[in-house]
Amino acid sequence: MMASYLNQFFFGVYPYICLVVFVVGCILRFDHGQYSWRSGSSQLLRRKQLVAGSVLFHVGILIIFGGHFVGLLTPIWVFDALGVSHGAKQVLAIVAGGFAGAICFIGILLLIHRRLFDVRIRNTSSLGDTSILLILFAQLLLGLSTILVSLQHLDGHEMVKFMEWAQRILTFRSGAAELVAGVHPIFKAHLFLGLTIFLVFPFTRLVHMLSAPVWYLNRRGFQIVRTRNQDGRKAVRPAE
Amino acid sequence: MKIRAQISMVLNLDKCIGCHTCSVTCKNVWTTREGVEYAWFNNVETKPGIGYPDDWEDQAKWNGGWERKKNGKIQPKMGGKLGVLSKIFANPDLPEIDDYYEPFTFDYAHLQKAPEMKTAPTARPRSLITGERMEKIHKGPNWEEILGGEFSKRSKDYNFENVEKEIYGQFENTFMMYLPRLCEHCLNPSCVAVCPSGAIYKREEDGVVLIDQDKCRGWRMCVSGCPYKKIYYNWNTGKSEKCTLCYPRLEAGQPTVCSETCVGRIRYLGVVLYDADRIEEAASVEEETDLYQSHLDIFLNPNDPKVQAQAREDGVPDAWLDAAKNSPIWKMAMEWKIAFPLHPEYRTLPMVWYVPPLSPIQSMAQAGAFGEKGSMPNVRDLRIPMQYLANLLTAGDEEPVAKALEKLIAMRAYMRSKSYEGAVDETIPGKVGMTGGEIDEMYKLMAIANYEDRFVIPTSHREYSEDAFDLRGECGFSFGDGCGEPKKAVEWTGLFAKGAAKQKV
Repeated sequence: MMASYLNQFFFGVYPYICLVVFVVGCILRFDHGQYSWRSGSSQLLRRKQLVAGSVLFHVGILIIFGGHFVGLLTPIWVFDALGVSHGAKQVLAIVAGGFAGAICFIGILLLIHRRLFDVRIRNTSSLGDTSILLILFAQLLLGLSTILVSLQHLDGHEMVKFMEWAQRILTFRSGAAELVAGVHPIFKAHLFLGLTIFLVFPFTRLVHMLSAPVWYLNRRGFQIVRTRNQDGRKAVRPAE
Repeated sequence: MKIRAQISMVLNLDKCIGCHTCSVTCKNVWTTREGVEYAWFNNVETKPGIGYPDDWEDQAKWNGGWERKKNGKIQPKMGGKLGVLSKIFANPDLPEIDDYYEPFTFDYAHLQKAPEMKTAPTARPRSLITGERMEKIHKGPNWEEILGGEFSKRSKDYNFENVEKEIYGQFENTFMMYLPRLCEHCLNPSCVAVCPSGAIYKREEDGVVLIDQDKCRGWRMCVSGCPYKKIYYNWNTGKSEKCTLCYPRLEAGQPTVCSETCVGRIRYLGVVLYDADRIEEAASVEEETDLYQSHLDIFLNPNDPKVQAQAREDGVPDAWLDAAKNSPIWKMAMEWKIAFPLHPEYRTLPMVWYVPPLSPIQSMAQAGAFGEKGSMPNVRDLRIPMQYLANLLTAGDEEPVAKALEKLIAMRAYMRSKSYEGAVDETIPGKVGMTGGEIDEMYKLMAIANYEDRFVIPTSHREYSEDAFDLRGECGFSFGDGCGEPKKAVEWTGLFAKGAAKQKV
């Protein structure tokens, strides 16, 4: 009874708490305090370990993020229609995720070492900077250790459960929590910590990922001249 | 043609005494905050020297400014847009704080609190970044002051290119000059071009280049994009900051703090008109030595009625046109051609220009300084090598610099003949292609340098620039997060925010 209640809470209710805090928190912070909305780079203070660490970490985690996004949220019938078997998808996830996870692991180790043991970085870090790094590290370790569990059952049925869970949560359908009630505790911990990252997201430097400046590629010309007298305040238009 | 106005600056290096009043007043106003202790929006370097930060002029090292591609187009030296974005996780061209210097303070309290001891207590240095003891200070602000440090290090100066520099290491041949530096508020700013967030922009009404502190996300590309290294990353707020040309003062018709407080009266501020449609063309000319001329060519004569009419049509207010007519910048840079842009070869079309300094004559007798009245010494015999100045100001072309120096010498000779020798030598102005009247005017502007002649700054027209009704109850200049203290803004992140400025010393 208690176990079922907790399961319902953590995987049926908690996701919504996290998502609401994530969305509302980001909007409020963006609206109220954009001055604090930044990547928080510490490269100026210490270049050592950052170049390798940051590149490996970011490349790895972006692949992992993309993998989770596509892997969890694509309806399973799409894979069925494409003729990708569940087992094959799981093996793909294990291989790609394992590879990206390994890259990310090396990167984050360098970054953590730098964050904790380089006196310049340590003394200028906020609690948020250090804890989010450690949370991501814990999440990465959990994620990598799920590979060991996954290898025990390669038919993909567990994976389909998570897909179904995520899709039900996001489409407000009931019965999501029950789907993951019986999975291995490592999966549960990974899910819980993942949701928690969404929860703390608006309060940390992680917000910078929402501002990834991809649209820079689309800027017309290079220059920006601002005038406030033509299109009202803060009108921005590129120079011809 | 699209005419825009810009507030531009000229610094008369001939009169700079290297007192650093500009730097200090600027620092007190703008960068005494945590995170930018190391930053000097205005600094004064002793040349020759590698400068601040280390070797900032060497773009082979830092990849700042623009480069001209084979097809004649220019792109940031850091790379095109994809190239810039590829550096976003770790920017290989970013200086480290040690390239500037690690900011420090001293344990002053120890001087008062020390227990009785055998030796007098001392105040030892402490890092303003880590709060830890610094056993040795390797570098500080203006570390090369008055040729400080060994010649072998200073002579790495990029401006020694094509100069036989070895002889200048010898005591009797040595030379030096001061170079005050601030943001150039370029017409073709490379910092704007490489900012992926689009947070840096040039103001259309007065040309000031600013960083929107709300929009800056701390990708730090601008720091390397700027060839003058005049954008500084604030490690506390995670945002870049730069010289604002004291725009709140300019808008009220006042000169910048550095100009206002300059005891040598070397700084001039005024309006120049230019054709915004020709910026790219001017910055793209093939030969680097042509950049000075192509830059000059896009400025427009404020006394030309056609220019005035077009300027009015393009929204330049009348007060600005009047200011442009009286602009000291127009006179020095465009009419008399005695002021030059700093490193035009970076192709950013900088708008802070410099009058090159005269220097003592290397060998008095050789240069014919003794002898007949009215003879002028050869500027090539001046102690500061012409090629050195040319590398600094005209991408290596000696001719314009030599002509400017001749005019400065002529001004001295002419005024000496007029006020001291009693007989005006009217042959002098003709030798440098000027008239006596022009020299008188030049003398008034450069030697007398009255306040109202140096600073011709029209107040901004708020009705043109923004809707003041929307500004009711706002707090004027702020750090971009409402009217609160800047620290509070960072703290707002709450829960995981950095503990309010750990009391480091």
